[in-house]
Amino acid sequence: MDKAAIDSIIEKYESKHENIIAILQDVQTLENYLPEETLRYIARKMELCLTRIFDITTFYKAFSLVPRGRHVIKVCCGTACHLGGSVSNIDQIKRTLRIKEGEPTEDRMFSFETVNCLGACALAPVVAVDDEYHEAVDAGKIEKILSTYEQEEDK
Amino acid sequence: MKIPIIIDNKMVKVDRGTPVLLAARKADIFIPTLCYHELLEPYGACRLCIVEVVQNRQRRLVTSCNYPAEPGMEVFTDTDPVRKIRKVLVELLLARCSEVPVVQKLARRMGIETSELKKKETKECVLCGLCVRFCEEVVSVSAIGLSNRGIEREVTTPFKTASDTCIGCGSCSYICPTGCIEMVPDKTPGMREMHMGKLTLEPCTNHYQCENCSTDQQFLNNLKKEVTRFRDTFSRFRNQES
Repeated sequence: MDKAAIDSIIEKYESKHENIIAILQDVQTLENYLPEETLRYIARKMELCLTRIFDITTFYKAFSLVPRGRHVIKVCCGTACHLGGSVSNIDQIKRTLRIKEGEPTEDRMFSFETVNCLGACALAPVVAVDDEYHEAVDAGKIEKILSTYEQEEDK
Repeated sequence: MKIPIIIDNKMVKVDRGTPVLLAARKADIFIPTLCYHELLEPYGACRLCIVEVVQNRQRRLVTSCNYPAEPGMEVFTDTDPVRKIRKVLVELLLARCSEVPVVQKLARRMGIETSELKKKETKECVLCGLCVRFCEEVVSVSAIGLSNRGIEREVTTPFKTASDTCIGCGSCSYICPTGCIEMVPDKTPGMREMHMGKLTLEPCTNHYQCENCSTDQQFLNNLKKEVTRFRDTFSRFRNQES
């Protein structure tokens, strides 16, 4: 836990309780998830009850209380993507990375989750890695997409 | 200043801004509630207190527990849309927790025998939030809170582990309308456990040194404040009656 970084984020939002969601979002970018220890620290620091923070972090899907990979793969399961074969994409990702939904790979490189719609139905089936959208993905393309991120990290 | 409002063709005089629910109670008009309590801020979660309000020639459905009385408003508590919504709500509650006396009583009053909805598992909690709000507003401890959303929403302690702030006062168990928070008497002397389903709240971490515990002192102060506030409201209420 990087206390100085968390302190500066809280400072940036003037420690106001109404800014808690923005603060949590910023803190999440530090480790890509919100560890229990960090939440307890924020609660103490901001004099906010932990129950409220726990409520917020479990209510919004954007927050994760379990570790995520450095790259989060989002597989769209909306109607258009489902018909386009997102199910086989999910199977392929599970096979390639040997992980279940919501859990990170051993080297914390990737984790994947399913989402209901990414709002890009014309590009179906869509797989988004971090903020990058990959269109018309089929099971054969998965490995190629993932390897580009691995190569980037190797550089 | 008192303002007159009309509830079910009865004229009631109340302070401006009084919740419609209280105005109706003053006029002896029954409105069912689950999540309302005199000591707590209105929450509007159970939606059972729904009524139809006509204001500025506009007709709308609102929850009466948190809708303020305004001059010239007319309230109907027993119209077709209101009855229909309440019926659906009670049916949903009955499907969720068919074993709970409060819900059964409500259903009988509405003339509902059994719920047509398929039930997965019976729960006892109706998510009225009384325990959570009592713990926060009156006890001032906030040991329990709501978490998750949708069908997964539930009352828990943070991270679903034993709470380090719970003082084991038993308020949540006392205020729960369905009896789903159970208080287990002393297994070890001086210790108390609270059960919420599978979750156990562990009691005091300060070895019961209540005189020099900040949590306790804060609790006492808040309680005193609440009692004074309640007495004030009550005496005002009585003065209104006479």
